[in-house]
Amino acid sequence: MSITPGRLRALTRHRLFWPLALLAGLLLVAVADNPSFFSVRVQGGHLYGNLIDILRLSAPLALIALGMTLVIALKGIDLSVGAVVAIGGAVACTEISQLADQGSASGVVLAVGAALGLCLLAGLWNGFLVAYVGIQPIIATLILMVAGRGVAQMVTDGQIVTVSSSPYHLIGGGYLFGLPFSALTAGAVLGLVALLVRRSALGVLVESVGGNAEASRLAGIKSRGLTLGVYAFSGLCAGAAGLMISSNIAGADGNNAGLWIELDAIFAVVIGGTALTGGRFYLGGTLVGVLVIQTLTTVVLSLGVPPETTLVFKACVVTAVCLLQSPAFRHAVTSRLRRAGSRPPGASSTHIEKPEHEHEPDPTEPTPREVQNT
Amino acid sequence: MSAPLTSLRLAARHRRGYIPVASTAVLFLALLAAGNSRYYGFLEGQVLLNLLINNAGLLVLAVGMTFVILTGGIDLSVGAVAALSTMMVAWMVERAGVPPLLAIVLALAVGAGLGRLMGHMVHDFGVQPFIATLAGMFLARGLCFLISTESISITDPLFATAAQTRIPLPSGTFISISVVIALVIVAVAFGVLHYTRFGRGVYAVGDNPQSAELMALPVRRTILAAYTISGLCSALGGVLFTFYTQSGYSLNLLGTELDTIAAVVIGGTVLTGGAGYVLGTVLGVCVLGVIQTIITFEGTLSSWWTKIVTGALLLAFVLLQRVLTARRTSAGS
Amino acid sequence: MAPATPVLEATGIVKDFLGVRALKEVDFRLFPGEVHALMGENGAGKSTLIKVLTGVHAADGGEIRLQGTPVRFTGPLHARAHGVSTVYQEVNLCPSLSIAENVLLGREPRRFGAIRWKELRRRATELLARLDIDVDVRVELGSQPLAVQQMVAIARAIDVDARVLILDEPTSSLDREEVDRLFAVLDRLRGDGVAVLFVSHFLEQIYEISDRVTVLRDGGLIGEYATAELPRRDLVARMLGQEPGDLEAEQHRTSRAQDDQNDQAPFVTARGVGRKGAIAPFDLDLTPGRVTGLAGLLGSGRSESARLLAGADRADQGQLTVDGAPVTLRGPRAAIARSIAYLSENRKADGLIPDLTVTENIVLALQAAQGWARPLSARRTDELVTRWMTALDIRPRDPSLPVRNLSGGNQQKVLLARWLLTEPRLLILDEPTRGIDIGAKAQILRLISGLADDGLAVLFVSAELEEVLRLSDTVAVLRDRELVAALPGGAALTVERLMEVIATGENATGEIAPGEVTTGEPV
Repeated sequence: MSITPGRLRALTRHRLFWPLALLAGLLLVAVADNPSFFSVRVQGGHLYGNLIDILRLSAPLALIALGMTLVIALKGIDLSVGAVVAIGGAVACTEISQLADQGSASGVVLAVGAALGLCLLAGLWNGFLVAYVGIQPIIATLILMVAGRGVAQMVTDGQIVTVSSSPYHLIGGGYLFGLPFSALTAGAVLGLVALLVRRSALGVLVESVGGNAEASRLAGIKSRGLTLGVYAFSGLCAGAAGLMISSNIAGADGNNAGLWIELDAIFAVVIGGTALTGGRFYLGGTLVGVLVIQTLTTVVLSLGVPPETTLVFKACVVTAVCLLQSPAFRHAVTSRLRRAGSRPPGASSTHIEKPEHEHEPDPTEPTPREVQNT
Repeated sequence: MSAPLTSLRLAARHRRGYIPVASTAVLFLALLAAGNSRYYGFLEGQVLLNLLINNAGLLVLAVGMTFVILTGGIDLSVGAVAALSTMMVAWMVERAGVPPLLAIVLALAVGAGLGRLMGHMVHDFGVQPFIATLAGMFLARGLCFLISTESISITDPLFATAAQTRIPLPSGTFISISVVIALVIVAVAFGVLHYTRFGRGVYAVGDNPQSAELMALPVRRTILAAYTISGLCSALGGVLFTFYTQSGYSLNLLGTELDTIAAVVIGGTVLTGGAGYVLGTVLGVCVLGVIQTIITFEGTLSSWWTKIVTGALLLAFVLLQRVLTARRTSAGS
Repeated sequence: MAPATPVLEATGIVKDFLGVRALKEVDFRLFPGEVHALMGENGAGKSTLIKVLTGVHAADGGEIRLQGTPVRFTGPLHARAHGVSTVYQEVNLCPSLSIAENVLLGREPRRFGAIRWKELRRRATELLARLDIDVDVRVELGSQPLAVQQMVAIARAIDVDARVLILDEPTSSLDREEVDRLFAVLDRLRGDGVAVLFVSHFLEQIYEISDRVTVLRDGGLIGEYATAELPRRDLVARMLGQEPGDLEAEQHRTSRAQDDQNDQAPFVTARGVGRKGAIAPFDLDLTPGRVTGLAGLLGSGRSESARLLAGADRADQGQLTVDGAPVTLRGPRAAIARSIAYLSENRKADGLIPDLTVTENIVLALQAAQGWARPLSARRTDELVTRWMTALDIRPRDPSLPVRNLSGGNQQKVLLARWLLTEPRLLILDEPTRGIDIGAKAQILRLISGLADDGLAVLFVSAELEEVLRLSDTVAVLRDRELVAALPGGAALTVERLMEVIATGENATGEIAPGEVTTGEPV
């Protein structure tokens, strides 16, 4: 288990270096614009400040991205998390709004339990379609993506259900030990899951099935159960995120809660270095990806730019990441640079790897894509 | 009604690919019958024509999506590209004084260009269609906001005319200009898909990309063209939407990509590519429209039922496709 | 018999894939009016040669002449424009499209740019009629049996006035009657002066239809022969790389086979186990302490029978017993639970998880058997991995490397370690020595021998007869998807004799007939 300094450096370069650099860059921009961006003050026993805000607001995304990381590691995708977020919030808020005493902790616990239970069921449904019916993940989860919002609206009867329950408010907007409760929860879940997948054999089995499904079958891995469990977990995470979001705004909006959050989650996973083609997954990388996305939103807000323009930035980042992961693109870039007679500036630091065996670009050469097909 | 039924029956005997479309047709007729038995005036000509009037834009988007899905891809950017098109047209006409027709042409060109870029990402760089078009969706929505975060209403008379002109049909019914444009697009798409080598190539590429390559078909050109067509159709759908609303707004058509995909799949196109019909897509759009109409007529039913029913139909058709492909695999080996 | 100018001639063809030389200066000639068989085992370079000839791959060296003129095809389309048509290994058509379209896709008859469907159907019907196929060309291709699909692919290939027709394993999925039909067509094409290049693994078919045969081995040309003048066993010898007569089986591992044959009951027995389209029902006994070799050519059903015994595929007939108790293996898990380990044929596709480390790959099967909730402790893992990496001499001795960075031989040892860790009682090895260097090969063979000595039952599949002979106490011979003989190993069994059985299916000395006597109980 010894890690040489050289390999450590290579590892840092390859996975976390760029996401972290991106994060640092964003924070630098923010601080240049507003020197007090980093300031954290204590007010009423709670910590306040932009950094704390980033932590608090990234909690739901962190949970969803956590589930998404495992799903993607299995070579899957879960498009339904946004809809499940809406369902989770809708069920909890509707239940709580019907309580005689919205402040009753036991009532809130029951409501939260019901919401999480339903979301777990949603995840199981996805897992069932993928593992047992054999529908492609993107299509299987698309079904719930479409229908789920309808279910959420049905639960809230098309209204925005508002609640004023202090125990419920704790989940998404409250503080514990001076820190945002939601961030603590997300951190705890992330830590527990990291511990679970790395201390048990779960992580390696997931990576194995995602890396080579047939080899895993022959090695005796029960991939169906694993798939079912991972999708169920993703549903559960989305439900918990839904609780946080609805708790934070003290209400459930079936239409808009969790809108596009599946895309943010996928981006976070991709930025964190987990490939969409399955296999190795990196929970730490996903966390950095989540922070990048939330920081981006916060920084853009603090710069006074219309927040919606973050979309353009996200599009560019995800395009860049996908292209850098594409062997065809890397091949094209390296051969173009070589033709220009110059080494790529800092080739290793831009994730451009030299093909194993260099050969001159030849118009009749099969492209890598064709080679794969043959 | 009997002639199409006969030809459907004939078709079913020859091509199992017709089964989903036939199911959609039956579903559509059943929905109409159900509506008619419950509500007075449901089968009135104008109610049916309103299906088209209200869904002309969706129909155009779905036609573009059909091309992409037939090649085995997916295009999540259609709603965003359409919204971008509404913004561009509105901004150019109202703020920049560009002549409306030129503005429309420019918007169409931008849509097609975005589609082509996504095609390059998908084919040349092997990025999964879903991710490539997701990036396209974010880009297009972001560009909308860069133009303006506010809604821009269009005062140019051309748009008012386009919105209000009623093209009369027999017995007092009418359709809108958008419907005519959408139907022309459907007819052109039908012709292209069924009567040109490119169209057949779209099917072949989606059915089995390796085979298509070995059968010496122009795979790259076909995929690029399919995404370009989808981008173009999205932009055109956006233009039709401006006829409908006479404004451009960044948050227009949110989630339309899901409705579009649902319409295509319910119309019998297989999500893994290679099988489906653009006329099936028309039926799919009509089914979604009828469901909406029934829910409106019902009054007590709430709008979210549309989503739930759409999801359920999506599930039913995906399962149907699964059963059909499973049967084919077992017949083949 | 061949006219002077070949219609297609390749000289000194070289092709490299990522530094691996797939073709080493191969010469090839194809004359008009002949059916020419291209033979060779896995990795011989048959498919690569075909792809180079048809322009799918560009050659890295050498020259291709079409009717004496040098050509450089840029792709199948280009080759086809010059009359060189190919039907690739798997039927490469579009199953959701109609038969008619599949015949003429990309060349549909048009008027003003619009496809003329009636004309399309008429022409497709006509082309298929030439092949004696009478089907409604409007039906979806995928609904038709594979034989029809195969014929559609051929109709597509000969539509353009083909001078050269290349068929890559066209018969592997056809039954006898369908093969006859195909051969009648090939016969007619030969009469028309078309040159047919034909790849098949079925020896009988080669002798039935081909005029000449070219043999490749390990990317190199072995020779070009008139089929009729080349005895079957010589052909087999050339494919497998052994000159008849120059090898003795004196290196046989032990003569234990004779010594302790009586005291062991078989661990696994198969009675009439088979799977439609893969392997005919066979009987086989696998006994502790003994190595059973499976010999046969590529496509003879070697891997298929191994997969049935390992639960990788499900048998659709027959009865397996493990330790005397009848069992049905529903999947690999069931086999593993019964102490059966299976090292699959294709290391990359069904063996390794390339991104995972050596350690993770080694403990995978054991971990899967234990379940996710009972992880192996780090200490136990280290201990096991260190022990097996040392025992199998896996290099580099760094268990944290991704397994994809290892050489082929070491990857194979990692997989072997994976299975040995599960403490199997039957070890099924499907070509464990393919594509690895000589040193690693010798190590692996020694290891297998030692394992058997320690009481493991071993089923050993290999294309290299010498290896099979050296290791096996019993050799079961497969031919055209049928187990045709089970021969006791030992000095009496020579490579020559084994090749004879593979080539002819006959057991000249006739001591054992298949089915009567099985491997565990030699007479």
